[in-house]
Amino acid sequence: MQILLNGERFVTEATSLDELCAALGFADAKVATAVNGSFVAATARGNTQLTEADEVEIVAPRQGG
Amino acid sequence: MLELYGTRFTSRMLLGTAGYASPDILRQAVEASGAEIVTVSLRRESARARTGQGFWALIEQLGRRVLPNTAGCHTAKEAIATAQMARELFGTNWIKLEVIANDDTLQPDLFGLVEAAGVLCAEGFAVLPYTTEDLSAAERLIAAGCEVLMPWGSPIGSARGLANKSALQTLRAYFPDTPLIVDAGIGAPSHAAEAMELGYDGVLLNTAVAKAGDPVKMAEGFASGIKAGRLAFEAGMIEPRDMASPSTPLAGTPFFKIDHAS
Repeated sequence: MQILLNGERFVTEATSLDELCAALGFADAKVATAVNGSFVAATARGNTQLTEADEVEIVAPRQGG
Repeated sequence: MLELYGTRFTSRMLLGTAGYASPDILRQAVEASGAEIVTVSLRRESARARTGQGFWALIEQLGRRVLPNTAGCHTAKEAIATAQMARELFGTNWIKLEVIANDDTLQPDLFGLVEAAGVLCAEGFAVLPYTTEDLSAAERLIAAGCEVLMPWGSPIGSARGLANKSALQTLRAYFPDTPLIVDAGIGAPSHAAEAMELGYDGVLLNTAVAKAGDPVKMAEGFASGIKAGRLAFEAGMIEPRDMASPSTPLAGTPFFKIDHAS
């Protein structure tokens, strides 16, 4: 399945957001997620199924003003 | 003492964490500034670089309250989702709400800002909106549930200081009980001092410290400027006047003649 991960095309076997995070090595990382423009809480990632062409954002803390 | 959403702070300076030459300089600058609140953001995380993981460790070392922003968001929807991600990521319901209208001026989109503020306040966020000096927008933000307003001094990173001082004065006079923080456009400690002399409750800045020749020394300079301005406001400044008024007593002036003119 091909999705848009952080704005770039990405091919994945993961079927849920939880699996995608684990596959990327983010299982225990300090990250937050959104799918198709809406926030998905960490606790809801397991129940969030991914479908073709989903737009997934995975973000982390960064310097800011 | 500065009070924001029921929390009290000794320092009236809020410092951004972006643009420093190194994590160590950032750490020293925060230390020198005395700031108890530092702003942060969130950005896309790469599985390879994992940049954010290291920055999170640094934030924890700083031991300051973090104020996440929604920098770069151009719509209320983006800002709301970013705020929700920030709340989970940083473990705080505080959010510096930015909805940007224009990439050249980075001015706030007041319509999107009011819309996002309403949604986020209803969701229990403590919203600190980055706004302009516009009075009607300020009223709507307060009606939406904002307990703090952060009007710009001038465009972000421009270092032009208080571009519309009289409007900032009006805002201060109109909202005597709302904490007001000048956010953005500050270039010199004198700009920050000027905002504090107007009776503003605090100043939020980043670039002026981060890009200074010596950021650590500049952080200290700003801390002094903000403190000086606040003391001046509390002390009550004298009114400017057109003509000179001698500070040294006239009485007893040697060679003084009362009828000098005639």
